[in-house]
Amino acid sequence: MDAPRANLPPLSLHVPEPKFRPGDEADFSDVDVPPAGSARRPDSAEPAANFHELAYTLIRVLDDAGQAVGPWNPRLDAQALRKMLRSMAMVRAFDERMFRAQRQGKTSFYMKSTGEEAIAVAATMALAADDMCFPSYRQQGILITRGYPLVTMMNQIYSNKGDPLQGRQLPIMYSAKDHGFFSISGNLATQYPQAVGWAMASAAKGDTRIAATWCGEGSTAEGDFHSALTFATVYRAPVILNVVNNQWAISSFSGFAGAEATTFAARAVGYGIAGLRVDGNDALAVYAATQWAAERARTNQGPTLIEHFTYRAEGHSTSDDPTAYRSAGEPNAWPLGDPVRRLKEHLIALGEWDEERHAAQDLELAEEVKRAQKEAEKNGILGHGMHQPFETMFEGVFEEMPWHLKEQSEQMIAERKAAGI
Amino acid sequence: MSGDDEAGATVRMNMIQAINSAMDVMMARDPDVVVMGEDVGYFGGVFRATAGLQAKFGKTRVFDTPITEIGIIGVAIGMGAYGLRPVPEIQFADYIYPALDQLVSEAARLRYRSAADFTAPITVRSPYGGGIFGGQTHSQSPEGIFTHVSGIKTVIPSTPYDAKGLLISAIEDNDPVLFLEPKRIYNGPFDGHYDRPSKNWSAHPAGEVPEGHYRVELGKAATVRSGEALTILCYGTMVHVVSNTIEELGIDAEIIDLRTLVPLDIEAIETSVKKTGRCMIVHEATRTGGFGAELSALVQERCFYHLEAPIERVTGFDTPYPHSLEWAYFPGPVRITEALKKLLKD
Repeated sequence: MDAPRANLPPLSLHVPEPKFRPGDEADFSDVDVPPAGSARRPDSAEPAANFHELAYTLIRVLDDAGQAVGPWNPRLDAQALRKMLRSMAMVRAFDERMFRAQRQGKTSFYMKSTGEEAIAVAATMALAADDMCFPSYRQQGILITRGYPLVTMMNQIYSNKGDPLQGRQLPIMYSAKDHGFFSISGNLATQYPQAVGWAMASAAKGDTRIAATWCGEGSTAEGDFHSALTFATVYRAPVILNVVNNQWAISSFSGFAGAEATTFAARAVGYGIAGLRVDGNDALAVYAATQWAAERARTNQGPTLIEHFTYRAEGHSTSDDPTAYRSAGEPNAWPLGDPVRRLKEHLIALGEWDEERHAAQDLELAEEVKRAQKEAEKNGILGHGMHQPFETMFEGVFEEMPWHLKEQSEQMIAERKAAGI
Repeated sequence: MSGDDEAGATVRMNMIQAINSAMDVMMARDPDVVVMGEDVGYFGGVFRATAGLQAKFGKTRVFDTPITEIGIIGVAIGMGAYGLRPVPEIQFADYIYPALDQLVSEAARLRYRSAADFTAPITVRSPYGGGIFGGQTHSQSPEGIFTHVSGIKTVIPSTPYDAKGLLISAIEDNDPVLFLEPKRIYNGPFDGHYDRPSKNWSAHPAGEVPEGHYRVELGKAATVRSGEALTILCYGTMVHVVSNTIEELGIDAEIIDLRTLVPLDIEAIETSVKKTGRCMIVHEATRTGGFGAELSALVQERCFYHLEAPIERVTGFDTPYPHSLEWAYFPGPVRITEALKKLLKD
């Protein structure tokens, strides 16, 4: 190539690289973890421009001694804290069991949310039961917290006779309108503008319900994310936009979504939206931030973007092996700890819980999940027998079946009959 | 299959290894070839198609990207405008839709609208198709959406040998190419019987692949089997499903693997159908407006007076790809057999 301006230094392309790869020792000592209680809590009606600093710090409530401190302490009573802990522990027990079910060949796919349980569970507790959630694929905690039956979740995972989605969707792509849970797509960030649209409709109709949505930090690169933020700010939509920054999008670390240059909460600043950056492994901080954002939305102050800083403790899915691309020591070295353990220690510090009760609860939850699994498996497991009549394949494409689908359905039945199957 | 002095010795490869080898060979020959996409760098791709390339060619030539398909294709077009020859990967063809504007309005039209001032010499690789219990977001066959667009070539290999030779041709081509990889046959030919043990490529003649550089010309179909009873037009996974069904039924069919949908090898199709007088078209994609409809129209226009029976299409049904009823949906041996009975009854 010609060098017409050879006196200038050559350009170079920056390609991000994570700090640790397999075989490296993970060391997160350079991760800035501000002390619990250090972030200011503005009034929920304050203009977003007044508290840009909250997009760059970490809102934390639980300190290292298990105490809840500072202005963001939501001061929940012990009963609410125990419910929160129980829901989070249930999500973990459920994930363990279903991951194993996939490994046993009972279904095609599963995704755990290990280490991220606080984000879905605590946020759900801070929302009203009829607020509408537009989740990504790692917020099973919403359904569990809202009391959706475990057996029904498992039926969906097994694509069996009891699956309310009639075996049409990949496992864990739940849909539960009566639990305020929008149908999960599998395509990334598509739910973001949809949540904004739902919230705009609620506002246009003079309703009181708000919407909340979740996506991973990797998905913030999708155009849908940015379109959603534009609509949200233009119409001051009553919506909570959650970014679950678990730092890994399959093998791509958060640097490939822009984390080397700024935070994800800071995306809010450019759009004039309230932005909060929260310790995602601190259930009380997640609860408090969501409660604040919900109050803001419900009083027509518009949207809030919340970054939940956390760590994906396990693989992306059952199809992924994270030891192929990141240091095996990362999950344990992660400085924000385990959300279940932190909330448990808080309850113990309050004198409202103890290790024996916790161990007993874990056993009880494991039993409950096992019982649900037995029940669900009575309806069948994927790949063993046909759980839906063949013709159901053609139903629900449209409200009314057009002639060509009727013809295809009849053709399929005739072909199978002719083949003697 | 153009002879090439640089093809070198042959070794056994599966389709993933062949695709990897095509990129490896091209990157070594041409410093302007770059590979980009989600998880393609250090990790080497979720299907391992780019394994080892970053270590060999460095991070500025093989790099991970943010998760934004429209960004990946738009950036590839920009790099192409500079003079590079990008090979972007879209992790699953089901995720290609956010990139539609950059592919349809930009890559496909850049040469035309700028009177060749700019071109988009990009090769978009993407795994497609069903048969892996991937549900509706990991199973689709969107080729018909792109064959409908003027200005983009669409290539679908069915063997490791063809995959490497076609991918090399696609990368060397100065127009945008959509290179769809049938992921069900990455590891071995699939006969359509999901309940039988899977085969690998080690026993298949086209699993024998030269280590070096060779081309399989774009726009040329392959006659997989010569026959007199009928012509079967197919591509990708369906080539193997069709071949096996024909063998099991003992039917003397002529099987044509199209390999490139645009530009299409119309001569091979016309010659064969005029010889056999019957035509069946098989693809996984949905039926209405699918590529089979175009093939059917072409055969009718060009071979009408030679046809002895109506053209038969065996395709995916016009529903989203179902998870649990995958094998009822998949156009497998049962449906091909029934269509053959209709086509050959008199």
